[in-house]
Amino acid sequence: MTEQATAHHRAETPAQAGIPAAETMTGAQSLIRSLESVGVDTIFGLPGGAILPAYDPLMDSTKLRHVLVRHEQGAGHAATGYAQATGKVGVCMATSGPGATNLVTPIADAYMDSVPIVAITGQVASNLIGTDGFQEADICGITMPITKHNFLVKDADEIPRVISEAFHIAATGRPGPVLVDIAKDALQASTVFRWPVEHQLPGYRPVTKPHAKQIREAARLLVAAKRPVLYVGGGVLKARATAELRILAELTKAPVTTTLMGIGAFPDSHPQHLGMPGMHGTVAAVTSLQKADLIIALGARFDDRVTGKLDSFAPLATIVHADIDPAEIGKNRAADVPIVGDAREVIADLIVAVQAETEAATAEGRPACDVGAWWEQLDGWRRTYPLGWDPAPDGLLSPQQVIERIGQLVGPDAIYAAGVGQHQMWASQFIGFEKPASWLNSGGAGTMGYAVPAAMGAKAGRPDTAVWAIDGDGCFQMTNQELVTCALNGIPIKVAVINNGSLGMVRQWQTLFYNARYSNTVLHSGPGHDGREQPPQGTRVPDFVKLAEAMGCVGLRCESPDDLDEVIKQAMAIEDAPVVIDFIVHQDSMVWPMVAAGTSNDEIMAARDVRPDFGDNEE
Amino acid sequence: MSKHTLSVLVENKPGALARVAALFSRRGFNIDSLAVGPTEHPDISRMTIVVNVEDLPLEQVTKQLNKLVNVIKIVELDPAQAVRRELVLVKVRADNETRSQITEIVQLFRAKTVDVSPDAVTIEATGSSDKLEAMLRMLEPFGIKELVQSGMVAIGRGARSITDRSLRALDRTA
Repeated sequence: MTEQATAHHRAETPAQAGIPAAETMTGAQSLIRSLESVGVDTIFGLPGGAILPAYDPLMDSTKLRHVLVRHEQGAGHAATGYAQATGKVGVCMATSGPGATNLVTPIADAYMDSVPIVAITGQVASNLIGTDGFQEADICGITMPITKHNFLVKDADEIPRVISEAFHIAATGRPGPVLVDIAKDALQASTVFRWPVEHQLPGYRPVTKPHAKQIREAARLLVAAKRPVLYVGGGVLKARATAELRILAELTKAPVTTTLMGIGAFPDSHPQHLGMPGMHGTVAAVTSLQKADLIIALGARFDDRVTGKLDSFAPLATIVHADIDPAEIGKNRAADVPIVGDAREVIADLIVAVQAETEAATAEGRPACDVGAWWEQLDGWRRTYPLGWDPAPDGLLSPQQVIERIGQLVGPDAIYAAGVGQHQMWASQFIGFEKPASWLNSGGAGTMGYAVPAAMGAKAGRPDTAVWAIDGDGCFQMTNQELVTCALNGIPIKVAVINNGSLGMVRQWQTLFYNARYSNTVLHSGPGHDGREQPPQGTRVPDFVKLAEAMGCVGLRCESPDDLDEVIKQAMAIEDAPVVIDFIVHQDSMVWPMVAAGTSNDEIMAARDVRPDFGDNEE
Repeated sequence: MSKHTLSVLVENKPGALARVAALFSRRGFNIDSLAVGPTEHPDISRMTIVVNVEDLPLEQVTKQLNKLVNVIKIVELDPAQAVRRELVLVKVRADNETRSQITEIVQLFRAKTVDVSPDAVTIEATGSSDKLEAMLRMLEPFGIKELVQSGMVAIGRGARSITDRSLRALDRTA
């Protein structure tokens, strides 16, 4: 966000920058100049008729790198991956009609996970809008509920201002996707380019500075609490508040739980980290929220996957809810102390207030941050119910083991992107995250196929960092075409396909809730192309190794625990091409712990048929 | 459920009404009535929205509306401190026998007869929903042939203006 934020401050105070330079050019040139001026360096896109005028001056730009994707969905997720990895606004571009509608899934995905992206789409010429013209789609209407805001530009003179506003809206407040739809004739028209521009956003005023009185009240509760929990979400990462979070946690000795979107905000290895809450969270994290007397929610939104059945979530807890979006506060769970503000400012202010409150309490002889007994309980749950897995039958790879070994060998400096499903949950549980911006995944939307294009975007934005996609074989078959993009554009990502031959998470639900009737979740059954009987591990259709090779990547396969380290190291050594590793894993592995959908967090199962003993009977 | 009257100032831009309406349907809030029109400032439109919700969901409605970039300001109008009006145009069956009775009702409610034909009269009336409902109940026995009703518009009593500050903000950015 830094580069663009700087550009925005300039944009808002043109007086300081002197009289804006004015040049006559086409709308398309004005668009490219605006993107350069706002600080864009990379665009993921695919041209077509309506956006074509923009692609001509793009060819001459020395500041913009355009990555030609194979499908617009790949461009959208790549923009998201780029944004998540770099903290800047990601940019994708597509033409009108189907080009634009192919961006709908990644836009919805970015909206759910509050990722700042700007999508630029061509629109049919303004005289054709509304006539069902060729390749016309009302993309502004379609994306209205899944964008933070969108613009339809029919006048070339508006282009610089709209682009500047779009980046400002995407990056500030609660970040999110913004779509700019530009009519073809506006791109072709002659206009005057001026920069910087003044924004016209009278209704957009995000609040970032928290209320001092609320902060003092939160600090008072936190210092006095016997069983506090810091419930940390993606907002802490987006506000770049991880250093502040660590200070607050160590100051108060409170346990920390990071949501799926908050992973990396607090080191997994830190003794105060309980792990992830929610449906597949650790027993300690889930139970800590259930038994807490105080929950400090920081940039988290009480999603149903975290709370389970809402009525029975954290029944004993007073809630302090800090979020930059006022609409999140009190949406699902009523807040006793609401705090609207940027997580970094909130936590920084909290640290000061907690220090003052601790001194006051000590002076008055009141206990301060007295959480010793709480930690005894927490440690007991951690000891008794650590994360783990049942080993696969002899000779077969356990998916959890594969993912854990990748995490250990590749290390916490890399970026990991996951798809959606079992492999995503195992990656969140077993990789071991220590740093912010090291975990990319589709948390809110649950978009299968996210991993490969998101990893591509992350690698394009941070070329010196190793980027691993941890993907499932189902997800991989949705978006692997972007490996061609990676191979041709020098974006050498690694893809670990956790191949269990099925839609594993759905299969797990079928095992648990549908009497093991596996309706349409087996991906590799059938006679195979040669009509021969299936080998034990399925038909191998498609053959991911051959597929990888056909797309210009290196293809590797691992089928035995004995080869695991060797294959991972082999992949790590390849730096000049994308690598796909087909890990053939046991198909019956399941994700545990689990809180079944719609049930109470109190019903958490540590493993199949194992309900933790919380001493309920004694209470 | 209780009724709340929201005055919403929005930028006079294409799509602003669609965004507000779409937000209500997507978040599952019911609109009782909605009226929209220009204000004293050409760049600002004003919507009067009557919603039928409890207090907590009302807070969500307001917060979600506030997130729309085109929405400048939202004020909930207290019924006791606001003038609230609706407009109704109603075509009532009338012949020589009943016309004078209908005219009497029209006068009683300080309404206006705006069109007369041999077998019908068209009446225009403004007022609160209660008054208009009462008038329509009186007219019903004669036979209502057609009825059209506006959404409610409302404005706070006293000298204070909810647009003042917003206009100043708008002038600053213009």
